[in-house]
Amino acid sequence: MITFMNNSDSEDETCNERTSLMSAESPPIPSYQDGLQASEAGEAQIHRKRHAGSSRSPNNVADGDVSDSGVRARGSALENEDEELTLKYGAKHVIMLFVPVTLCMIVVVATIKSVRFYTEKNGQLIYTPFSEDTPSVGQRLLNSVLNTIIMISVIVVMTVFLVVLYKYRCYKFIHGWLILSSLMLLFLFTYIYLGEVLKTYNVAMDYPTVILVIWNFGAVGMICIHWKGPLQLQQAYLIMISALMALVFIKYLPEWSAWVILGAISIYDLMAVLCPKGPLRMLVETAQERNEPIFPALIYSSAMIWTVGMAKPDTAARGPSQQTWDAAEDERENHSSPSHSDSQILETRSPVPSHPITSSEEPEEEERGVKLGLGDFIFYSVLVGKAAATPSGDWNTTLACFVAILIGLCLTLLLLAVFKKALPALPISITFGLIFYFSTDNLVRPFMDTLASHQLYI
Amino acid sequence: MTLAVFFGCTFIAFGPALSLFLFTIARDPLRIIILIAGAFFWLVSLLLSSLIWFIAVKASDPRDEALQRGLLIFGVMFSVLLQEAFRFLYYKLLRKAIEGLVALSEDGCSPISIQQMAYVAGVGFGLMSGAFSMINLLADALGPGTVGIHGDSQLYFLTSAFMTMVLIFLHTFWGILFFHGCENRRWWEIAAVVLMHLAVSGSTFWNPLYVGSLVPSYLLMAAAAVWAYLLSGGSAQNLRRFLLCSQSGASPQLAS
Repeated sequence: MITFMNNSDSEDETCNERTSLMSAESPPIPSYQDGLQASEAGEAQIHRKRHAGSSRSPNNVADGDVSDSGVRARGSALENEDEELTLKYGAKHVIMLFVPVTLCMIVVVATIKSVRFYTEKNGQLIYTPFSEDTPSVGQRLLNSVLNTIIMISVIVVMTVFLVVLYKYRCYKFIHGWLILSSLMLLFLFTYIYLGEVLKTYNVAMDYPTVILVIWNFGAVGMICIHWKGPLQLQQAYLIMISALMALVFIKYLPEWSAWVILGAISIYDLMAVLCPKGPLRMLVETAQERNEPIFPALIYSSAMIWTVGMAKPDTAARGPSQQTWDAAEDERENHSSPSHSDSQILETRSPVPSHPITSSEEPEEEERGVKLGLGDFIFYSVLVGKAAATPSGDWNTTLACFVAILIGLCLTLLLLAVFKKALPALPISITFGLIFYFSTDNLVRPFMDTLASHQLYI
Repeated sequence: MTLAVFFGCTFIAFGPALSLFLFTIARDPLRIIILIAGAFFWLVSLLLSSLIWFIAVKASDPRDEALQRGLLIFGVMFSVLLQEAFRFLYYKLLRKAIEGLVALSEDGCSPISIQQMAYVAGVGFGLMSGAFSMINLLADALGPGTVGIHGDSQLYFLTSAFMTMVLIFLHTFWGILFFHGCENRRWWEIAAVVLMHLAVSGSTFWNPLYVGSLVPSYLLMAAAAVWAYLLSGGSAQNLRRFLLCSQSGASPQLAS
């Protein structure tokens, strides 16, 4: 169920008008280049693919890509402007990603350090059948490698299955799968989490209250994630479900298997995104051919994009996109004078199919959003949570992994700005994280402990 | 050891740094990135120096107390030198970054100056250094126990907090001094920073005789503060104007 959920999480290339996450709408938006919107929109959406662990990098660069490719078509005059825009927004986008990643990690680390349940060994997932309780080191290593192979192959199979489903346009199936998995996350796992937190702090809560709380939490979550909702609430829910998923992984993956899986997932991510026959790349290309905007319901998006001002000629083609304007409208409501923008949008709605209308809002001043797949959140948090769960209880290790992951993310974004194509967000961060985890735990910890015992400062 | 000790020590150690962060760094994304990159560079320097120390310890006899102590002293000094070396490397990186930022900006000047970068880099180094020294202590302070029950000093947490605070400040000032020295090719400034760092770390060998470590460190901090202030364009006149809130055209000190 876990992997099932993961993969379903990753794939929602559904073109369903109901799944209007604002991120979906926003992308096709680098507004001042209307002509190429269609293909670029597809490209941008695709870049938002999320795969368990093989998430694409944020789409500010997808946006940057999109607009950049559009620009190149027009000539290099606009290219510099775009580069500047990308970079001008570059630092801001990095921070827009730092904050949610940090929040997710804080939730995971706080839970790990306080709630005993997530560090107790209570069995393993079906995807990691080999136990690590063997006496010899070699046997243990072998078991963890076998576990990793099984887990990664399950993920690969699921991804390929999803690509096939997408190719044959089984959107309803994918959508249903996705709803089922987020139902489970939002209700079952939250219930378990709440139970364990209450147990830890020895707080009693009666069932009617629990039902009320969980029902409200879950229902609002489903609406926010799959339909419409205030941007920040949606972001908060996505962070929470990523944290819950990460906690489940931390609990159920055996020690060594977890580390090997983290390494293997980053390699897989690298291959799936960059190799020509990688499943994710094929997904991207298929969506591009079809010119479909992908509506991933499980991609974290941080800002809104305003292009409501410029209706695009191809919106008629995207009939179901009526709903997308709703979402954009909601976002606007949250971020600017509501009534004003409402009326603007209403005006632009009707003439949408016919011709572009420039509203009096400044379409030039668009704020590009940043999007990061939830798989990235999950695996970053797994790494930091595992570092926090070490028996020695050392906080330095956790802190070191945290800084390493953030720097990896920063470098990934830099590479993205340089190469201007979809890049996997996992490899660099996870590599740094792994290096720093093992070296801090084994080398720095004894040094700092010795210094602290003599109260020496370096 | 209770919440009171925990919060007290946390705010003593990290309060000033946190306010520096909130008021000067948190608003600007570029500065936050420079801060975290600075923290990363410090971390790498610590990693390498721990590696050296670890190898040395493993290669030596664990029962020889004097040797172990000697190795520890060597480890500390080597770590200080490595930290300064990484500060230099970070300076080089930031120089390149400024050139990149200038090339990509609209009006040909970088959104952030090397002096601001120096300050932020110093805070980054300081925060990471302080965090690594203090966080485990704070976590232990939350739990049960009695400080100094075996005859050690009872002021352990408090003095650690004060030492951490002074070290964070020192790193900030050293950042400014160091970068200024590198910019203007004044090697004696760089040498002064290295010597000060060695002196402060060396003075901690006096612990638990805290008067031997805290007092010199605070004096050095005051000296470094004045020096950094003068290098950053401050002067006695500016200070007087600031303190008296006198109008000199625009009053920048009042406008946030």
